[in-house]
Amino acid sequence: MKPHRRKRLGIILFIAAGLSVSVGLILYAMSQNINLFYTPTQVADGEVEVGQRIRIGGMVKEGSYVSAEDSLQVRFETTDFVNAVPILYEGILPDLFREGQGIVAEGTVDAEGVFHASRVLAKHDENYMSQEVKAALDAAGAAPENHQLSPQPES
Amino acid sequence: MLPELGQFSLILAFCLSIILGTLPLIGAHRNNVLWMSLARPLSAGVFVFLGISIVILTYAFASDDFSVQFVALHSNSALPLQYKLTAVWGGHEGSFLLWTFMLAGWMLVVAIFSKSMPIDFVARVLGVLGILCSGYILFMLATSNPFDRIVPLPPLDGTDLNSMLQDFAFIIHPPTLYMGYVGFSVVFAFAIAALLSGKLDAAWARWCRPWANVAWAILTIGIAVGSWWAYYELGWGGWWAWDPVENPPLITWLFGTALIHSLAVTEKRGVFKSWTVLLAILAFAGSLMGTFITRSGLLTSVHAFASDPSRGFFILAILGITVGGSLLLYAIRAPLMKREFGFDLLSREVFLLINNVILVVASASIFLGTLFPMIYQALTDDLISIGPPYFNSIFAPLMMLLVLFLGIGPMSRWKRTSTAYLLQQLGKVALASVAIGVLLPLLVLLEFSLAATVSIALAAWVVLSIGKDVSNRIVNKPTPIQGLRALSLSYYGMQAAHLGVAVMLVGIGLTSYFSVEKSVLLEQGQSIVLAGYDFVFIGSSAVNGPNFIGEEAEISVLKAGVEIEVLHPQRRIYTASGSPSTEMDIDAGLLRDLFITLGEEKQAGAWSMTIYVKPFIRWVWLGAIFMVFGATLAAGDKRYRRLRQRRSERARQPVAADLQPAI
Repeated sequence: MKPHRRKRLGIILFIAAGLSVSVGLILYAMSQNINLFYTPTQVADGEVEVGQRIRIGGMVKEGSYVSAEDSLQVRFETTDFVNAVPILYEGILPDLFREGQGIVAEGTVDAEGVFHASRVLAKHDENYMSQEVKAALDAAGAAPENHQLSPQPES
Repeated sequence: MLPELGQFSLILAFCLSIILGTLPLIGAHRNNVLWMSLARPLSAGVFVFLGISIVILTYAFASDDFSVQFVALHSNSALPLQYKLTAVWGGHEGSFLLWTFMLAGWMLVVAIFSKSMPIDFVARVLGVLGILCSGYILFMLATSNPFDRIVPLPPLDGTDLNSMLQDFAFIIHPPTLYMGYVGFSVVFAFAIAALLSGKLDAAWARWCRPWANVAWAILTIGIAVGSWWAYYELGWGGWWAWDPVENPPLITWLFGTALIHSLAVTEKRGVFKSWTVLLAILAFAGSLMGTFITRSGLLTSVHAFASDPSRGFFILAILGITVGGSLLLYAIRAPLMKREFGFDLLSREVFLLINNVILVVASASIFLGTLFPMIYQALTDDLISIGPPYFNSIFAPLMMLLVLFLGIGPMSRWKRTSTAYLLQQLGKVALASVAIGVLLPLLVLLEFSLAATVSIALAAWVVLSIGKDVSNRIVNKPTPIQGLRALSLSYYGMQAAHLGVAVMLVGIGLTSYFSVEKSVLLEQGQSIVLAGYDFVFIGSSAVNGPNFIGEEAEISVLKAGVEIEVLHPQRRIYTASGSPSTEMDIDAGLLRDLFITLGEEKQAGAWSMTIYVKPFIRWVWLGAIFMVFGATLAAGDKRYRRLRQRRSERARQPVAADLQPAI
């Protein structure tokens, strides 16, 4: 083999080796870090294994928010207007969290069907609804008619 | 009446950019000097008319013209003036106008600072930019017109600017990010012009380099300001979340970083030509993809604008046509590009190639992690998300590897470097870095910490190898001062940017592993100890701002019994929109930040709050400042200004001079 061919082969082999190692690492890392998304109905039906890390999304049920007096614990229910799942969270909720708003929570379900959230996300703009929450409501198909997903300004 | 003039001006800009996108390109092809020379005045025209549009939109905000729908949706009569003026980029339509205006701005600057380039090249560059510009304006006119009116009954007052956006950083983050993003279109246009003309030589790379450097520097500012803003506004104490909308600028930035290094090789050695062109196309594609992701409504995030599928399709079409077309052109023309010189397996070229491979792999893995959930959803209808651990576990090792090579690259020689030379130069540096990395954290923390050791050792490696390289270059000069003066501006720029990598590395490493936070419920007079600081809750009181009402807590911070700071985090309700917002209070310092966010009042006088102590977080942005400074210095190097000065320049660069290709 001519020297410049050998050099080119060396470079190509180096790139190929680098690429395959990185693709392997990427796939491994990805398989470890995927959170599946479930709707409240799916969780209520027991489709989620106890302890499995998931995301759940829905509306915060009106009148379900209870905040502990002496600790940071809060409890509320998230609903797709068919089923509601109780959520426990310890910490400070995001600014836009309120009853009747869509939220997405990350965490695990325990044997009693209570969701222990490690993170609660509310959309940063109150006008729009997160895609996950919208999908959950559409799947349940029971959102009240007057429930405006993206209100327009009065005009 | 004025808003209609704004729209008319937009249409005029569209017509001019259509002409700009055709005549000069045809002229360059047919060698028609008259048509080619139209490029500069047409660019100026596009700039002027887009400028009129954006001024009129700004005036509509300033004069509270709520009959314009965009103004009604993003402003309010009580909004402070500085936010009225900048609310132009507070929503989709206006921010796209800003984006397009930025492109026109770059076109004008290219038209002015291109005197040293041949006219056919200038005509091609501006022509390509004209095509892009006409696509963007058409997009605005067809799907997102900022001048749409609400008829017949306009609202009495606007719905207000999103309260999250009412902040100083909002004034700088979008313009700088867009300017940086769009700046890569210029480099892209340079690449396409080179492909069209078939002339891709060292002169081309030299024209490109300052533009790539400046675009990169501005994009760095945009990303760093965004990160700083997220840190103090979103209130979770973090500075980077791997959010799907944060990722595209980073992808573009990584491609851009690879590009500025690859351009250096193309200029100095005449190799990696087709690779450089490909990187220019990829960096541009990254910037368009960022636009697509934020504006198509595919994502849930702070940045996502109102979704409208037709917009998504339109941007996807622009993306497909420009990127697909340029890749096709690349496939046809790239084989014609011949390298001028060879190089050995151990040479500066190869180290820069490794730099490029690492950066591109990092970029690709972020791209995959960002798009995978969307692809997965399209294929299976299941929603998934990929968390930060994925990105961290890939990005961190790759960057460590990159930093290792960063120490070797500048020290190695073009064409051929011997292992013995590198060992002789860097052996002691490596030993010293490891020693510093092990001992320094041990002396300060009195315990061993792998994270601190690795970050500090790597940072020391960068700093010491820079020191060694500089001392090598001045050792033969009569005095060190003379030696330092003889070094070129672009050399200083490179080393300053590399120093920035070390500073950022220390910041990221230490703040990631040593930050502590605690959520607590405190009654008046209660206190809590965190990381050696006492936080005493003094009490809360009501506050009223121009367009919000709220409550403010007072927390006194003591160290060893001495009060060092009083922090006042707030919780606000913006009256026009009724949206709540927490305003954290931060005591910033070079070595640590103290950071408090206020939760809610649980029972009379008792508030929940989260307290953070974050060591070295400022270094993350300090590193970015070094990088920006370095890139700006390098772009200002006088050899980019005149070809005539090449000869004297060559005499000043002893290391690279004898190996430089003939022009």
